[in-house]
Amino acid sequence: MSARADRPTPGWLAAIPAAWLAVFFLVPFAIMLGVSFAHRVPGGFYEPGFELDSYARFLSPFFGRILLTSVALSAGAAAICVALAFPFTVILARMGGRAQTLVLVALLAVLSLSEVIIGFSLSTLLSKTAGVGNFFAWLGLIEESRAYTPSLFALMTGLCYLALPYAVLVLYPPVSRLDPELGEAARIMGATPLRAFWTVTVPMLRAPLFGAAILVFVFTLGVYLLPQVLGQPAHWTLSVHITDQAIFQSNLPFAAAMAVLLLLVSLAMVGITLLLGRAR
Amino acid sequence: MSRKLQAAYILVILAALAAPIVVVAGVSLNAEQALLFPPPEMSLRWYGALFSSPDWLVPLRNSLVIAAVSALLAVLVALPLALHVWSRGGLLSRALYTLGVAPFMLPPVISALGFLVFWVTIGMYGQMAATIVSHGVFLVTLPVVTLSLGLGAMDPALVEAARTMGATRGQVMRTVILPLLLPYIVSGYAFAFVLSLNEYIIAYMVAGFTVETLPIKIFNSLRYGYTPIMAVVAVLFVALAVAVFGLIGRFGNLPRLLGAERVEER
Repeated sequence: MSARADRPTPGWLAAIPAAWLAVFFLVPFAIMLGVSFAHRVPGGFYEPGFELDSYARFLSPFFGRILLTSVALSAGAAAICVALAFPFTVILARMGGRAQTLVLVALLAVLSLSEVIIGFSLSTLLSKTAGVGNFFAWLGLIEESRAYTPSLFALMTGLCYLALPYAVLVLYPPVSRLDPELGEAARIMGATPLRAFWTVTVPMLRAPLFGAAILVFVFTLGVYLLPQVLGQPAHWTLSVHITDQAIFQSNLPFAAAMAVLLLLVSLAMVGITLLLGRAR
Repeated sequence: MSRKLQAAYILVILAALAAPIVVVAGVSLNAEQALLFPPPEMSLRWYGALFSSPDWLVPLRNSLVIAAVSALLAVLVALPLALHVWSRGGLLSRALYTLGVAPFMLPPVISALGFLVFWVTIGMYGQMAATIVSHGVFLVTLPVVTLSLGLGAMDPALVEAARTMGATRGQVMRTVILPLLLPYIVSGYAFAFVLSLNEYIIAYMVAGFTVETLPIKIFNSLRYGYTPIMAVVAVLFVALAVAVFGLIGRFGNLPRLLGAERVEER
C-alpha cells in the first residue's frame, strides 16, 4: 500500500469544499471588484467598463470624514473592549471548570445576538419610558426621566456590548494557556498581585492583546445597524453608507468601491495580526 | 486583586451584559401596546401574538428554514474541508483553511455586498435560496473551527489500530472518525444555526425586500411602529441561544471547544 492511499481521506475530498467556496465566496468578491470599476447607469444598475470614477468620488472631504468616523469609532471600541476584557479573561481563566462554562455560555449567548436585537435592547434600556432614566429619577439622581439615545455615548455602549464577548473569546485561548506558576513565582518573590500582573502577565500577552484589539477593530468596522439605531446621522459609518449606496441609491459601483477599500483596510489589519502571531 | 474583588468584577460585567435583556424581557410583558418598564400591567398576550399574527409568522418561518438549511450546508462543506486539512498538509490545505475562516475575519458588510452583486449577476437576487446559500458560505467558519478542534483532539492511534486490523478507508471513516466527531458536528451545526437566525446584513442585502427574516422584521418595526412583539422575539432569541450553548456546555467541554488547554475537570 502506498503512503498516499494510507491517509484516512481520499484526495478528491478537497474538491467539494474547494469548488463550493470558489464559486460562492471567491467569485462574488471577483465580481464585486469588477463592479467597482464599472460605469454607473443612473436609475439602473451598471454597465461593464473600466473607470476609476467610483474610487475618485471617495476622495472627497465628505467621504473622508466618514472613513475617519468609522476608524475613530472602531478604534475607541477596540481600546475600551480590550481594557475591559483583559482582566475579565484573566479572572475567568482561573475559575473552576463549571463556573467557566457558565460564564462562557452567557458570553456566547450575547455574542450570537443579532445587531438588531442589541440595538433594540439598548435603545430600550436608554429610552425615556423604559430605561435607566426611570431608575435614576426614582433614585432621585435626576429630576425627570430622560432618554440617553441617540447619542455618541449610546453608540459607543452598543459597540462595546457587541464586541466585549468577542474580545474575551479571542483573548481566552492565549490567556488560559499562560502558565499560572509564573505569576505564582513572582508573588513568592515578593511582588504584590497587581505588580505581578503588570510585570509578568501583561508583557507576556502583549501580542495577543494587540491582536485582539485589531480583531475587535475589524469586527466593529462592519457594524451597520447600531449607528442607525443608537447614533446620530453624523455617526454613520462606512458600512452604513455602503448599504445605503447599494440598496437605496442604486449605485452599485460606488458601494463596491467603498467595500473594496474597507476590504483592503481589514486585510491589512488581519495581515498585521497574523504577522504578530508568527513573530511570537 | 483579592478574590472578592475579582468575583465582583466578573459579576458587574455580566450584569451590564444582562441589563438590556432584563429590560426587554420586562417590556415584552406589557399588557398594552407600549414599551414601558417596569410594565404597569403584565400580560403574556404578545407571546401569543407572535405565533398568531401572519405579519410575524412568515418571518419566523423564513428564519427557521434559512437557519436549518444553511447550517446543514455549512456543516456539509466544513466536514470534507476539515478532514482534508487534518489528514494532509500542504498549500491546498492551508489555502482551504484560510478560505474557511476568512468570512469571519472580514467585516460582514463586505461579504454581504459580494453576495448581492453575485446573485444580481446570475439572476437569483431576492430568492430564499440565495439567502440560504449565502448564509451557508458565510457561516462555514464555525463548523470548520469546531471540527478542526475535534479532529485535533482525536487520538491518531485509534485510526491506526483500525487500519492495522484491516478496516478499509470507508470503514475507518464510518466506524471510528465520524462517531468521534459527532459532538463537534452537532456543536458546529448549533453555532451556525443560532448565528444564521440572528444574521441581519447578508439576509437584508441578498433578499431583504422579498424574504423577510425576523431580524429584518424587527429592524423594519424599529422604523415603522414599535410593538412589544419585538421584545418577545428578542427574549426568545436569547432563550434559544442560552439553551443551545447551555446544552453544548452540559454535554461537551465548552472551555476546550473555545481553545482553553488548562481547565480542571468537573
